[in-house]
Amino acid sequence: MKRLFTLAAACSALAFTASVAAQDVTIINAKLAIGDGSEPINGGVIRIRGGTIVLVDSGDGETLGSSDDYLDVSRRDASGQPLVISVPVIDAKGAWVTPGIFAAVTDIGVFDVSGVRNSNDGGASDSRFSAALDISQAINPASEHIAVSRAGGVTRATVAHAPGDSIFAGQGATIDLGVDPEPITQARSFQMVVLGERGARIAGGGRTASNLELRNAMAEAQAYVAGAWEGEDALLTRPDVQSLVPVISGKQKLYIHAERASDIRKVIALKQEFPKLDIVLLGASEGWLAANALAASGIPVIADPLDDLPSSFEQLAATQSNVGRMRQAGVKVAIGGIGAFEQPRNLTQYAGNLVALSKVPRASGLTWGQAFASITSIPAEISGLGGKAGILQAGAMGDVVMWDGDPLELSSNPTRVFIDGIEQPLSNHQTRLRDRYRDLDESDLPKAYDW
Amino acid sequence: MSNTPASAEAAETPYASTYTPYPGAPTALVGATIYDGAGGRIDGGTVLFADGKIVGVGGSELAIPSGYTRIDGTGKFVTPGIIDIHSHLGNYPSPSVQAHSDGNEATSPTTPDVWAEHSVWPQDPGFSRAMANGGITALQILPGSANLMGGRTATLKNVPSRTVQGMKFPGAPYGMKMACGENPKRVYGGRGRMPSTRMGNFAVNRQTWLDAKEYAEGDRDKRNLAKETLAGVLDGDILIHNHCYRADEMALVLDMGKEFGYKVSAFHHAVEAYKIGDLLKEAGTCSAIWADWYGFKMESYDGIPENAALLQNADACVVIHSDDENGIQRLNQEASKAQAAGKRMGIDIPDATVISWLTLNAAKAMGIDDMTGSLESGKMADVVLWNGDPLSVYSRPEKVWIDGAMLYDANDPKRRPVSDFELGQPGEGDVK
Repeated sequence: MKRLFTLAAACSALAFTASVAAQDVTIINAKLAIGDGSEPINGGVIRIRGGTIVLVDSGDGETLGSSDDYLDVSRRDASGQPLVISVPVIDAKGAWVTPGIFAAVTDIGVFDVSGVRNSNDGGASDSRFSAALDISQAINPASEHIAVSRAGGVTRATVAHAPGDSIFAGQGATIDLGVDPEPITQARSFQMVVLGERGARIAGGGRTASNLELRNAMAEAQAYVAGAWEGEDALLTRPDVQSLVPVISGKQKLYIHAERASDIRKVIALKQEFPKLDIVLLGASEGWLAANALAASGIPVIADPLDDLPSSFEQLAATQSNVGRMRQAGVKVAIGGIGAFEQPRNLTQYAGNLVALSKVPRASGLTWGQAFASITSIPAEISGLGGKAGILQAGAMGDVVMWDGDPLELSSNPTRVFIDGIEQPLSNHQTRLRDRYRDLDESDLPKAYDW
Repeated sequence: MSNTPASAEAAETPYASTYTPYPGAPTALVGATIYDGAGGRIDGGTVLFADGKIVGVGGSELAIPSGYTRIDGTGKFVTPGIIDIHSHLGNYPSPSVQAHSDGNEATSPTTPDVWAEHSVWPQDPGFSRAMANGGITALQILPGSANLMGGRTATLKNVPSRTVQGMKFPGAPYGMKMACGENPKRVYGGRGRMPSTRMGNFAVNRQTWLDAKEYAEGDRDKRNLAKETLAGVLDGDILIHNHCYRADEMALVLDMGKEFGYKVSAFHHAVEAYKIGDLLKEAGTCSAIWADWYGFKMESYDGIPENAALLQNADACVVIHSDDENGIQRLNQEASKAQAAGKRMGIDIPDATVISWLTLNAAKAMGIDDMTGSLESGKMADVVLWNGDPLSVYSRPEKVWIDGAMLYDANDPKRRPVSDFELGQPGEGDVK
């Protein structure tokens, strides 16, 4: 049974995206995980029109046939009547359907092989510039790491530069992982500054130096705004000080990397000193020791979730219960910033581990819904895409993943991935190698002919 | 061993293990799903252990002798203790500061004279995390991969100890770490000395083996620490663990083993092993691998998550390893991901077989499989009780026994080790 469905939201979305490649699609009979912290619902329906989600509901018992027709009031036939658009229906048959994973603070798309220097744009330690560096200029949407992450259900990410000779690592970007040539969702979506042990080493060997570097930069940016910045007497280059203007005015987010509880308290104090700063705390291994202060400050956190070793003296109190404890205190916590070998596609595994903790006596874990939100809607909100990414709701971008099981479970994998409503290829260098070496038969020709 | 003088045998005995099992109660785990580590599965089974040894493994009909503490495992799972064949706990301990960097004697391309155990810091907090989160009961500590021949490995039981001798796995053979490819040529080429190429790697290796053969076949009375290790390999007493990523290089190394008369017990980090499953099966060489690490260096660019499944399908030996203080806490999860990758391409590997990748196969490659690695009567009672399916992300060890002594219990805050380093510091005794 088909039904005609008129949708105002679809029209406005179409007007904005106007993506010729976007496919309209309706998915029915899905086990929907919204991404907002709620538990999954069965029998869900989701409609994507013009690259945007236009409807999500728990299903009304109605069954659709192979297509879902609707009236597109923005397009008329010769007689002025709205066009009837016939949209394919995917019957998920009870399979999991979720927003795509939002990977916060990654390095995907900026290197091919991280250890091959020439292929790696993830840092520019010999550059004369720092804060002004703009990672959006380096993103390669054809990177295999993007393709592999996409096949793992990651649809959107923030990408950060590694710091070089300055505590300011430069401006990060928000990207999509679509196969199309335009990866940038938002360029220069945040500035990154590194405090703690690493920042101290960069700045001259101690936290006293990194503190002064930070404050001098703020002062220079304020002077620049006031027209009082004197280039020849300044420590920052002109592009660097210019790039900090949106930071001090709160128009650009400032990600601050800090791990130790005392460093975190300094970050909170910074917000009192410079109230306009839109601070996001990154790292925060000892965040649980400052959880109440963090909650009161309203500063959200992007945490590496499974750190439980004193890897450095600033992480003595690291525990896998960190995220759960911060969450209990009322801190907004996303999972992200995971290490180089642990790829963004493993964020689901990380989130699942936090659910596992809820079964360990005295540990603080997350519910399934909370854990899933920590890799979808929460990182999206922190990144400035609240309601637009990492969530299944009308008006959000059409980043939707179908899975063959619980997305947090190790045995599960995406079966179909949509980004901005466009179904994505899931093949890559790895899948081609897999297919070539499915057997080792070279009786007719060498493997090089097997492609 | 008739050609081995007494002095060379004496060289094998220093720094001997002082480990003795801690006391345990005779225990009966009943009602759990048992993976025996050797590919077997028993639903609702019973595991009996006493005096540090496995006494019996069977179904619910297995009689429980009197005096045994009964632990209800209904809804839970039992496996042998998990074994990590590739770890740097202790020689790259936490905190990972320069003062703790004791894994690479990167001063000569061949250092078979160094022994990893002389670098291991028993107070590394990583040992306890490996036990509590990963169920690790035994592990091999290797020298790093800067050198072509990095030195002897140390096989440890994962028990807290004041001394490394107190952790040494009694009766475990030594291994010797070798490394292929990028690392040795980068480290030494960067200093303008040999080797700076892969052919240089082989030339140095071959000459070193030639000299070792001369020593091994001649008069061993004059002590030479490096050559004693190499002679031990040629004698078959010391097992080769060879860091090697690329399929073509592994094939060359197998031939080098034929040239000089030694066997590679396991290739470690063998990300391209899936391309030569047939050769590895023929050689009887295990592949110790990550589930999905790839793309961080040139020789890892062809890493695929189906590696383990393709190897298993080729009837070659698979071991999941960590090489990482975090990964060692989740070997079970890594194995599960590797299994799932296989299933996606149509290779369905039973759960019980997957568990052997972390238990008996690792033990075989380390030469300790007659003592541990599976739940068989007479073997060490190295046992993990999991609070759910160990191949699920939602499960964690509930209890861990080493030689029948309960050394971790999630339900008992005091039944978990706290290293000297952590005492009196933030986070002491936390759940971690």
